Amino acid sequence: MRCIPISFIETIARERASLPGSKSYTEWLEQLNESFGMNTGIMEGFFKWFGSAIRGNFGDSWKYNVPVVEKFSEVIWDSVILGGAAYILQIIIAIPLGILSARRQYSKTDYAVTVFALIGISLPSFFIATLLKLIFSIHLGWFDLFGKVGRDFEQLSPWGQFWDIAAHFTLPVITLTLVGIGGLMRYTRTNMLEALSSDYIRTARAKGVSERRVINKHAFRNTLIPIITILGGTLPGLFAGAMITETLFQIPGIGYISFEAMKSGDIPFTMFYMVFMAFLTLIGTLIADILYAAADPRVRVN
Amino acid sequence: MNNNFNKNDKNEFEYNKTNNNSENTDKNEFEYNKVENNSNEKENLGDVEFNLGNKSESKNLNIGEKADFENNSPEVSSSAPMVSPTMMVVKRFLRNKLAITGFVILIVMFLFSFVGGFFTPYGESQIFSKYETMAKEYASAVKNTDFRYTVKSGEKLDSSVKSKFILASNKGEDTFEASGIEYFITKESDTLYRIARLDKIGTAVNYNDIAIASKKIFDYAVMGTEADYEFVYAAEKAIINDGAEFIFEENSFEVDINDDIAVIYRLSDNGSTEKSEYATVSEFVVKPVSDDVYLPLSFKIAVKSAVDDMISSEKSSNTSNFSYTNENGETEEYSIDRLNNQFTVKSLTSSLVISMYEPPSREHWLGTDGNGMDIITRLMYGGRISLTIGFVVVMIELIIGVILGGISGYFSGAADTVIMRIVDILNCIPSYPLYIIIGAVMDTLRIDPKIRIYYLMLILGALGWTGIARLVRGQILSLREQEFMTAAEAVGIRVSRRIFRHLVPNIIPQLIVVATMGLGGIILTEATLSFLGLGVKFPYASWGNIINAVSNSYVMINYWFVWIPAGFLILLTVLGFNFVGDGLRDAFDPKMKR
Repeated sequence: MRCIPISFIETIARERASLPGSKSYTEWLEQLNESFGMNTGIMEGFFKWFGSAIRGNFGDSWKYNVPVVEKFSEVIWDSVILGGAAYILQIIIAIPLGILSARRQYSKTDYAVTVFALIGISLPSFFIATLLKLIFSIHLGWFDLFGKVGRDFEQLSPWGQFWDIAAHFTLPVITLTLVGIGGLMRYTRTNMLEALSSDYIRTARAKGVSERRVINKHAFRNTLIPIITILGGTLPGLFAGAMITETLFQIPGIGYISFEAMKSGDIPFTMFYMVFMAFLTLIGTLIADILYAAADPRVRVN
Repeated sequence: MNNNFNKNDKNEFEYNKTNNNSENTDKNEFEYNKVENNSNEKENLGDVEFNLGNKSESKNLNIGEKADFENNSPEVSSSAPMVSPTMMVVKRFLRNKLAITGFVILIVMFLFSFVGGFFTPYGESQIFSKYETMAKEYASAVKNTDFRYTVKSGEKLDSSVKSKFILASNKGEDTFEASGIEYFITKESDTLYRIARLDKIGTAVNYNDIAIASKKIFDYAVMGTEADYEFVYAAEKAIINDGAEFIFEENSFEVDINDDIAVIYRLSDNGSTEKSEYATVSEFVVKPVSDDVYLPLSFKIAVKSAVDDMISSEKSSNTSNFSYTNENGETEEYSIDRLNNQFTVKSLTSSLVISMYEPPSREHWLGTDGNGMDIITRLMYGGRISLTIGFVVVMIELIIGVILGGISGYFSGAADTVIMRIVDILNCIPSYPLYIIIGAVMDTLRIDPKIRIYYLMLILGALGWTGIARLVRGQILSLREQEFMTAAEAVGIRVSRRIFRHLVPNIIPQLIVVATMGLGGIILTEATLSFLGLGVKFPYASWGNIINAVSNSYVMINYWFVWIPAGFLILLTVLGFNFVGDGLRDAFDPKMKR
């Protein structure tokens, strides 16, 4: 991060030096370097940062002029809401569709669902976001192009404000849902097929259990095990934010904010974001492991 | 046997109607399927989920469940010829409609990108331009309503005198007084006055002509010619006399009056008929819009006569055109716009402009982009770069992943621990922030766009191999316990040979599938990075940086042809890779899970 050449300090120093009656650029640079604690070597600086970070002090964001953690807690919920809505939508749409396509394997429905899922996987998020913007914001005029709130947000009643934010979140949520839905759908389908072809289903059918009961009770429940595992594993990902989508729609979530921080060379914020992301990955793996063991009694940690 | 099959099929049809809506095709396929049943049946029994579009196989499974499939199998296997595993893979792949669709898409994409570049008549960064006539403000003409004073050399005319003169002339008086000195006005015509000063020397009263006040404007052919009192007076007199010759400083001049414009020619000294334009006298002031342009006299005459025509024609039209032949003999077109008494001369110059955002036409099938480059050509070259990056990155990932994964899987222990911890660390690094930082570093170092592409490949490859390493390790862990490895060890084959000649070939199917699926993912990543402006840079095209044009929302709204085709190409290519990868996975091993 230190190597990053879009130096925030240099930019400020240049700005200040260009003010009338100011000190020279190098003088400013020296002074600012000292006040930002950047006058140490890279390794030394890292350990200094690491020492305070481990005690929970991530320093102040340079770009936003507030403690990093404060800025983070301010923006994280937008990301969570965005991600959560997309997550729920994905579950609601993907799991029934996946089961449907597994039940009618090789039917037209199955093909349609498979193609739809693969298209979802293959879609570049920036492209679908732009396409949605073009259709719904520009041609139909239903939503604003970007931003979290409308122009008249302050004048709205609390309910109006809620709907305003909801309207602004619609397109990003659709984008995230479309992009993420494919994987879950394929996963459900695979697991459902596996469950349907297993012996206990054959037994259930042989017993004369109604098809509906076979699907809902026997097959679906067993399919849920791996699905819950993977869903739990992706749960921390809700906090990671969607950098591209948030940036395109300029929703001030963690993705957009950290993208801006990175662009302007805000080292403390970027460092924090990186640590946070790594942390989320670890948590995700952990949750997946725990859930896997919890959902399936056959897996036991010895 | 066939009957047996059909019977079963019918039974099954009745039993499970929902599952069987393409009976006829299935019957046909059974013939074809016979040869494969031998090898397929076991797989079919155990597993169906990945046989997309593979109807007959799934049917067999159902038959197996409901009817006495077991009885059939010995017959099938005895009558079926042996088919090589590769052929089976190919056949299974060919029967998968989605995979074939994906394959066709990919072939089209490859042809488009790698061969298309040879057929397109344009270059990757060839800029197209066109001539466009633009009306540029060039000069202005105003009808003069003020008096212009030509002062005799050696005399002075104060502004107080001028204002007093105007007052007096408006009242029709012929004398006025300014700062104690009396002046006398002689009216020669409506627009021409002579001002004389009444000098009293003692008792003698003397009239001294000091200036001419005229509303006419003198424009001289030679730049910087000073208005001379005697000349102006002589010329004005000649004009009032309706065109006559006059002599000034031993030169003869001829005045040619055309409506309100008088052109003064200087007659050549030797008495021949040759004459040159010397000045023009009119009520119009013609000035260039920018100071650094000098308007030649002939141009001024042309403007003046055009303006004069506009005024005299009294038509309501406020625009007119005229052409002017300049000193080089070229004809230039001008248009004049009238606003009350203000005339603006616009030159209709055709200037070379880059044809930006031209809509699709015969010449440019998808139009041109913001740099005036042919979009379809850019798409072809962009496809080359995107696909090449995809392949190179996957190769890098495969090489690193197979070597490290192989080592890690074969020598469990310290090597395994170290390599797996590296994998864990790399997995924890959020990729996009890292790409963005590296991209920004490369931006500032001003790395050559071409070298940047190589760096991009290296970085993507260096960060993406972990998945492959894990896959290889997992497979090798189970494979190395098998008998053939014990045999290999017993024979005393080198370790590297054991890993890379005996273990790795066993996981090639999985590697091919992962690589195919990974290609799509890498193309997406590359497109995203280029879209953010951190990947492939101008002048090189990539599908991502073509779409980058939408960051200008005007382009997004008005020029769909710039970015929508690129988006669909990315979508189609990645989709193609996914289809093929999916199909390959089914074909290699129907049992393989996701």
